[in-house]
Amino acid sequence: MDSQHPPLETLQDIKRMMERSSRFISLSGWSGVSAGVCALLGAWAAQNRISGYLQAIHGGRGYYEYGTGRFGRTGQLGDSVAILYNDLLVIAGITFLAALISSFLFTLARSRRNGISMWDRTVQRLAWNTILPMVVGGLVILRAMEWGYYELVAPGCLIFYGLALVNASKYTLGEIRYLGYGQLVLGIINLWTGGLGLYFWAAGFGILHIVYGVFMWWKYERQP
Amino acid sequence: MKNPIENLNKIFDSRIRMGVMSILIVNEEVSFNDLKQMLDVTDGNLASHMVNLEENGYIKVHKGFIGRKTNTTYSITRAGEKAFKDHIEALENMIKGMK
Repeated sequence: MDSQHPPLETLQDIKRMMERSSRFISLSGWSGVSAGVCALLGAWAAQNRISGYLQAIHGGRGYYEYGTGRFGRTGQLGDSVAILYNDLLVIAGITFLAALISSFLFTLARSRRNGISMWDRTVQRLAWNTILPMVVGGLVILRAMEWGYYELVAPGCLIFYGLALVNASKYTLGEIRYLGYGQLVLGIINLWTGGLGLYFWAAGFGILHIVYGVFMWWKYERQP
Repeated sequence: MKNPIENLNKIFDSRIRMGVMSILIVNEEVSFNDLKQMLDVTDGNLASHMVNLEENGYIKVHKGFIGRKTNTTYSITRAGEKAFKDHIEALENMIKGMK
């Protein structure tokens, strides 16, 4: 045995190669934090819109009017619902994009620092195994909304996202599995607590993401 | 006392061959190009090590095509898996022996 490669170092090399070739390990803790912050802002905006709508309907301030975004006397109740619905969809879309882009950028920065390509086979596998359950879940939720089952939106998001994360844990740092379990527990409880959907959604996508992100940053990225 | 070094597999002394085996033991099938990228080596260098591993019966070669381009992939054999695991065990025993 040559003295340049002591056994401990060799074993560590073997382990590193195994991990690097089968898992995408550059996922940054900051990605979790930024996604969580986006989710909290999105939930806050949605809550504002909903309470504004409820106040208007019950407080007699009139109805939302198309185009103006303000309340007026001329609108119809049906229009108000439709506008609220559209507003919430826009908020959801912006929240999703902001979370996706910000978390992508933090992970891109980390993989650059580590000198690991972001486009190798491990990323493709991770992406496919995360996106598949999320796209299927998204379709289910869209149909549920069209059928008027709004109570299913929050638990549906939590449950399908939780399943996606548990599935993804085989292809990246394994701790993401616990984030998935957390989302699943919240989603399942929320199946029986329908009216509190937005709070459960904010707890899962906001708080859990931030807690997970800080933990992962602490464990893998902190400079001692 | 037995010499702990005698259980080490000479074939895995090379860092590139050791890297190839580490990758193949956790991935069902890996292409030549992916191996090259992950190990950061040149075509010719990697090819000679792959021939060596193949001749020892540790890996299987699958030649295929993607369109007109050749796509060579590799997978580990039973014998390769056993040899590599024995090698890892020997390394672990050396560490235990040093303590």
